[in-house]
Amino acid sequence: MEFFLQLLINGISLGFLYGLAAMGFVMIFKASRVLNFAHGEILALGAYIFLTLVTWAQLPILVAFILSLMGSFILGFVIERLFLRPLIGEPLIYVIMLTVGLAAMFKGIMLLIWGGNLYVYPDFLPAWLALDLGPLTVQPVYVASIIIGLIFLSIFGLFFKFSSQGIYMRSVADNQPAAMSLGVHVRRVFALSWAIAALVAGMRGIVLGIISGINVHDLSAIGLKVFPVVILGGLDSIGGAIIAALIIGLLETFTGGYISPSLRDVVPYACLIFILLVKPYGLFGLVEIERV
Amino acid sequence: MKDDILLQINNISVVYSDVIQVLKGVSLAVSEGRIVSLLGSNGAGKTTTLKAISGLLKTENGQVTDGSIEFGGRSIHNLSTEMITRMGIIQVLEGRQPFKYLTIEENLRVGTATRWGKPYKRDMEMIYEYFPVLASRKKSLAGYCSGGELQMLVMGRALMAHPRLLLLDEPSLGLAPLVVREIFQIIRRINLEQHTTIVLVEQNANMALQIAHYGYVMENGKIVMEGKSEDLKENPDIKEFYLGLAASGDQKSFKNVKSYKRRKRWL
Repeated sequence: MEFFLQLLINGISLGFLYGLAAMGFVMIFKASRVLNFAHGEILALGAYIFLTLVTWAQLPILVAFILSLMGSFILGFVIERLFLRPLIGEPLIYVIMLTVGLAAMFKGIMLLIWGGNLYVYPDFLPAWLALDLGPLTVQPVYVASIIIGLIFLSIFGLFFKFSSQGIYMRSVADNQPAAMSLGVHVRRVFALSWAIAALVAGMRGIVLGIISGINVHDLSAIGLKVFPVVILGGLDSIGGAIIAALIIGLLETFTGGYISPSLRDVVPYACLIFILLVKPYGLFGLVEIERV
Repeated sequence: MKDDILLQINNISVVYSDVIQVLKGVSLAVSEGRIVSLLGSNGAGKTTTLKAISGLLKTENGQVTDGSIEFGGRSIHNLSTEMITRMGIIQVLEGRQPFKYLTIEENLRVGTATRWGKPYKRDMEMIYEYFPVLASRKKSLAGYCSGGELQMLVMGRALMAHPRLLLLDEPSLGLAPLVVREIFQIIRRINLEQHTTIVLVEQNANMALQIAHYGYVMENGKIVMEGKSEDLKENPDIKEFYLGLAASGDQKSFKNVKSYKRRKRWL
């Protein structure tokens, strides 16, 4: 029972991490139909910025956290401005290939600056964050990742539901010509969706770095994990991505715990294939509204 | 028409993809506070004319190659859609383009994009007053609304932007005659009460000429006829080709053996 609970909690917090990463991915896809293959690298970059600010610049944790989120946000803007804007109006496949190129470039830059070593953050999470559940204790990192996940998910949920800017972003995703005819600044919406996606990715990079250390290859490979999540959830549903992320997180920890750690990475994909056979648009993919 | 000219199009040519010429020297003038209708058969270039004004042409690889478009004295044919909409020109696209996955209320809020951050609650009330149907369906997704409701929605959405010039592209498309009548009455009310200048593109020449002050007839990318609505309604060619009446003004009858087809005089 203890073991089960331990796995459950690990699975949920892992799921929240996947969910956050998937959210950034889905956001870009929804606004501009672009699959961002550089997601893992942007995530790793967030982790490295935080590392540099904490260990090299010796900034207080909270300041460093906020600064690296801002850094990621700006990075997203810059990527959109420099690389993607010139490609607006070109076939989508060019843009997607461009993100593959960006991934290689960022990876190279990170290897150049920080090298391929494994770094760890200094231990800064307070011990009182640890959750004492009788026989088992949940480590502070997992508690923190669940809390951060919940906070950010509700902030973005409210942003998209109620703020004007969020509604404009959804309108562009829904019907771009109509949004343009009403004067929605479509390029600004693209830039904002990249910036928000990079921010969320950067944050997830930081949390992952706390859990498993910082290494270019590991972090960017984890970025690829968003693919099963978003495909399972349906590429354009943020809520679906989160539920799918929890499913995949739980599947991973339970197979790792009960069957074999080496099957951890395989079983989620097997389930993915099975679910897609039954629901080809993913669990919550947009089913075209048709009036009869 | 001695009023102030709000929109002046001087002899514009429009080319798509650098090769397909759609407009061949179109000129028209729209006075402030008037309804001007643009009639013509399919492919005559009516929609292209509207898109040239609103700047949406550029996204479709179209270009104004010649001539000029002036709005309130400023030349606008080189500006981006964002700039043009912020000057107060809002186009309502053909075929009702709602945001299907947004609710009615959210759809209306997108209309505030040109004046982001300003209060919009009172405008929303005004829209619900013009279109009471929308008020009753505030929270439902636009994708599930009927054609008539959607047409009202997209017009209301455009009004949220406080347009100085509203470009309506075939508001009657595919709607029941009674709904068409209702929508045209509302267009007239908007023009009277909000003093919005309106350019109305229509196939339904009869309805359009009833509410418009002035009309233009387009064919093959050119303007072939223009005049006050009353004059156009009396024109024998318009009667024959657009209103479906015999030149004498009666319903056309096939009893007369000699009812041969008139030739269009402008071709």
